[in-house]
Amino acid sequence: TFVFRMFNIVLVDGVRTPFLLSGTSYSDLMPHDLGRGALQGLLNRTGVPKEIVDHIIYGIVIQEVKTSNVAREAALGAGFSDKTPAHTVTMACISSNQAMTSAVGLIAAGQCDVVVAGGVEFMSDVPIRHSRKMRKTMLSLNKAKTLGQRLSLLGSIRMGHLMPELPAVAEFSTAESMGHSADRLAAAFGVTRVEQDEYALRSHRLAKKAQDEGLLSDIISFQVPGKNIISADNGIRPTSMEQMGKLKPAFVKPHGTVTAANSSFLTDGASAVLIMSEEKALALGYKPKAYLRDFVYVSQDPKDQLLLGPTYATPKVLEKSGLTMEDIDVFEFHEAFAGQIVANLKAMDSDWFAQNCMGRKSKVGVPPMEKFNTWGGSLSLGHPFAATGCRLVTTVAHRLQKEGGQYGVVAACAAGGQVFLPKYTYAQLARADTEYSRGATVQVFLVHSFGLFSVHVLCMKMTMCKSVQKHF
Amino acid sequence: MNQKTQVQIQCTTIVSLTRTHVSYEIKDDVAIIRINDPNSKVNTLSVQLQQEMTEVMNEVLGNEAVKSAVLISSKPGCFIAGADINMIQACGTAEKVSSLSSEGQKMFERVEKSPIPIVAAINGSCLGGGLEFAIACRYRIATKNKKTVLGTPEVMLGLLPGAGGTQRLPKMVGLPSAFDMMLTGRNIRADKAKKMGLVDQLVDTLGPGLKGPEERTIEYLEEVAVGVARGLADKKVPMTKTKKIQEYVMGFEFVRNQVYKTVNNKVMKQTKGLYPAPMKIIECVKAGIEQGPDAGYLAESQNFGKLAMTSESRALIGLYHGQVACKKNRFGVPDREVKTLAILGAGLMGAGIAQVTVDKGVNTILKDTTVEGLSRGQQQVYKGLNDRVKKRSLTSFERDSILSKLTGQLDYGGFEKADMVVEAVFEDLNIKHAVLKEVEAVIPPHCIFATNTSALPIKDIAAASKRPDKVIGMHYFSPVDKMQLLEIITTDKTSRDTTASAVAVGLKQGKVIIVVGDGPGFYTTRCLAPMLAEAVRVLQEGVDPKKLDTLTTGFGFPVGAATLADEVGIDVAAHVAEDLGKAFGSRFGGGNVELLKTMVEKGFKGRKSGKGCYIYQPGLKRKDINPEIEEILERFKMTPHPTVSSDSDVQYRLVTRFVNEAVLCLQEGILNNPVEGDIGAVFGLGFPPCLGGPFRYVDSFGADKIVEKMRRFEDVYGNQFTPCQLLLDHAKDPSKRFHK
Repeated sequence: TFVFRMFNIVLVDGVRTPFLLSGTSYSDLMPHDLGRGALQGLLNRTGVPKEIVDHIIYGIVIQEVKTSNVAREAALGAGFSDKTPAHTVTMACISSNQAMTSAVGLIAAGQCDVVVAGGVEFMSDVPIRHSRKMRKTMLSLNKAKTLGQRLSLLGSIRMGHLMPELPAVAEFSTAESMGHSADRLAAAFGVTRVEQDEYALRSHRLAKKAQDEGLLSDIISFQVPGKNIISADNGIRPTSMEQMGKLKPAFVKPHGTVTAANSSFLTDGASAVLIMSEEKALALGYKPKAYLRDFVYVSQDPKDQLLLGPTYATPKVLEKSGLTMEDIDVFEFHEAFAGQIVANLKAMDSDWFAQNCMGRKSKVGVPPMEKFNTWGGSLSLGHPFAATGCRLVTTVAHRLQKEGGQYGVVAACAAGGQVFLPKYTYAQLARADTEYSRGATVQVFLVHSFGLFSVHVLCMKMTMCKSVQKHF
Repeated sequence: MNQKTQVQIQCTTIVSLTRTHVSYEIKDDVAIIRINDPNSKVNTLSVQLQQEMTEVMNEVLGNEAVKSAVLISSKPGCFIAGADINMIQACGTAEKVSSLSSEGQKMFERVEKSPIPIVAAINGSCLGGGLEFAIACRYRIATKNKKTVLGTPEVMLGLLPGAGGTQRLPKMVGLPSAFDMMLTGRNIRADKAKKMGLVDQLVDTLGPGLKGPEERTIEYLEEVAVGVARGLADKKVPMTKTKKIQEYVMGFEFVRNQVYKTVNNKVMKQTKGLYPAPMKIIECVKAGIEQGPDAGYLAESQNFGKLAMTSESRALIGLYHGQVACKKNRFGVPDREVKTLAILGAGLMGAGIAQVTVDKGVNTILKDTTVEGLSRGQQQVYKGLNDRVKKRSLTSFERDSILSKLTGQLDYGGFEKADMVVEAVFEDLNIKHAVLKEVEAVIPPHCIFATNTSALPIKDIAAASKRPDKVIGMHYFSPVDKMQLLEIITTDKTSRDTTASAVAVGLKQGKVIIVVGDGPGFYTTRCLAPMLAEAVRVLQEGVDPKKLDTLTTGFGFPVGAATLADEVGIDVAAHVAEDLGKAFGSRFGGGNVELLKTMVEKGFKGRKSGKGCYIYQPGLKRKDINPEIEEILERFKMTPHPTVSSDSDVQYRLVTRFVNEAVLCLQEGILNNPVEGDIGAVFGLGFPPCLGGPFRYVDSFGADKIVEKMRRFEDVYGNQFTPCQLLLDHAKDPSKRFHK
């Protein structure tokens, strides 16, 4: 029989590999290698006996076809027990949020006591397929019985067959790239180029400060096989407004405002968290870092509201738990684009938007900036799609401990940028908590939604030959 | 805030004075000229608008602080929809229209030669004079809005772009594209316009932000346009480069001559010389290119004046007005909106109705009796939508999302939620009665039952109904997704709300609607039947199908009579001829119905069976006369009467029977007014558009002349050519006209 257990679920700890610009030191790896790194790091840091782990859930967006259940491959390689089941989830840029909330669900349903969740993204290598025509010919070739049949099939191959098919960079439902959508969103809210560059610069400066002060303690070093040890993120680049101002718009030309500098970049990285029932954690002698209290997923129109998930989800989860904006000490929002963050902040500050688009009486209210992404964000630390969620949650726990707060909220927007992704925008909310040592109840809410395929487009485009570009 | 924005705010002045249509504002050094006709949903280049625009231009160009300007409309969905047609019609003489044209030319010449750059910021329809205005500007920015279309539809009104369009367009998009635009009058979407070089830059439409999407999109367009205007003034924004290769090729006289020749031949082939406007357009373009701008502009204004006085232009403008009138619901707003529509029969017609319904967001049930029939019907709907995906007017996602509203089924499940049922089953009264009874057992009390028939009287069908007030006829034309007309038939028991609801559904489906009274053949079929009967007689008299087609198309019918019969289906034609023959007696005689019946017996049912008057082979465009039909024609051969068998007489025999029946329909009250009569004949039956419909034709050709011709035919053939009373009245009194 099914017994729903009404008890607390806790985050014991969370780790991540350094997040690197794709095409740098990780470039020769495979996705499960990075996943292995994060999982092994979690084992080492928490010392959790591997035989007590009931389940492993891992997220990924761009799938490597050889390791379609990347969770299992990474777990086995990381030294987890081969008796522990593992499965892979995908939900665009909130894939590891989905992994975490699935873990919460398994524990709440009484199925498990100890679950490892995480996510990996590896953009240094993406599956580029033969064209459909070519694939069809090749598959028919398998079935061809005589030499004559084979030759006639081979003879049917034309130049057009050789055109490769790149992973779609556009939203499947609207055929619009994420960066283009972000630019339109920024324009809809009247977000200027200067506002976006300023916000991006803030992200980089805060990230640099956090890095220098050693606050990014969720990072575990990663030994690239046959190469050096990597122990820090490499995408943090505080420059200047002048430097950023020189860039041309990346998506909407020539008058757009979203540039490579105010967007998150293509990133390789992996993360993992250890989630338990409070009872189990205490029995094992752990001092959990936070309670995971609640979460919400929302979805909207994928065309005009693709990146507005946080605005919709934040008030929902707060109301659900009887809290207000003022009660929250730590906000961690995923930064897909500076324009998207600023647009969300403007939406949260707008009565018009609240009344006309959300069916609310008045505006949601804006998080105070001194509580908002104060250790940098996806713009500066990087955004390996399926690894970002765990980074956000672990960061909230660490910030709450460091800054002495009680409640935290995580929000992220996600979209379907790939063919196998969901069609709508999701925002998810979860709450976590910390401060076991102080004995106070500290909660974290996770709001998620979106991801970012944007700069990928940019980087891929640069390396593509002209004929391929026409595809876009 | 930096210094520049401060300056900008200080310098912002809004100048409005007493002007109502055009206003402007100066932001820093850019003048923003806004157009907004307060009395209409669209902006038209009316006298008032032009006058105010001239004033504003004077002020803007006279202001030394202004370094550039932006021209924009404040209306969502419309930049400028064209010149005011009424203004042209009010002129009265060719000279006056010509001077109107040359005034327009001068105004746009000033825009073109303006010392400061002017940027046209286009959101919504930019047509006719609106497009001519835009192409006179230095730079064009358009939104990617679906409503943003550019085009020169003048040709469809029998006119030409008379304010410099024939001169500027070829320079802008090249000779071939310019001819294509001006001769077809088709609308061009923004993305295509960008590719053609018609617009220089595109701007996205925006979703909701801190304001409504439409409002913010216009604002955004303005912001971008102001930036570009300033950039042009500072020479920071380069002018868009023209296509060099085409320009080079067009530099050769023999290439141009070849283009003129090809275009000329194409136009002659399509218009049979019945439409003067296309030829004049070619003439104007040629004059401008070969003899220089002065000759070009002169030719343009003079030809514009001449064209405005032609009966063809009057006819086409009449159709335009009629079409606008038939896009309104004169029965008011129905009590309930139709949210679920069920269709019985997934044949060509049923599936066609489903296609034009489901893409408007209405839940659509398509029911058939066999899996094969249903599958074919659903495939037809899919294909119709997928063709739009191929043409890129729809995305594959939109297609799938539209199709999710279509339910195909074999039973009556879900009919309890239907607000309207349209039956498109076989044309047999007994079957229709059976279906009506079955449906009434399952539908809710408010549900309307519409029957799609081309000839069966609605009251006969409604006789089986428990609630005849909810029964109405909706006669669609095949192919439903292409034919614009919908003929709605009311009986004296049909309630007003039922009619209002049927019209509302038809309008939603994008139809042009005429509402007519009940009777055998209603209006359209009834007019067509005598003409087809005459066509059969003509065939019997030894004119072969090809010749018959040439004679009818030569008169202006888009499809020849023999081809039309094949398209409609010989079996349907035989069926209708027999039914209406019974109802109206010898007046509907002429050709022998047995001829049609024999064809049907032999399996010559027209295109659908591969053989009719012609032979149809898949993949083959050429049509050959069906050799086996000659033997049948031989069997039914009649001797032609030499006095009424010249080519022209044959044409008039066909047309006068059509026209007389149409006038009789008005006389009998089947038709509510002549406008609907004209629209129904042109949009449903292909009556020559250049004649404007049977009623306008009587007005322009003269009722007396028609009566005279009919009397001559009457002497030979009898009562089939007896003019009706109303036509006689008009013949007697020339001051009587159907159209004012």
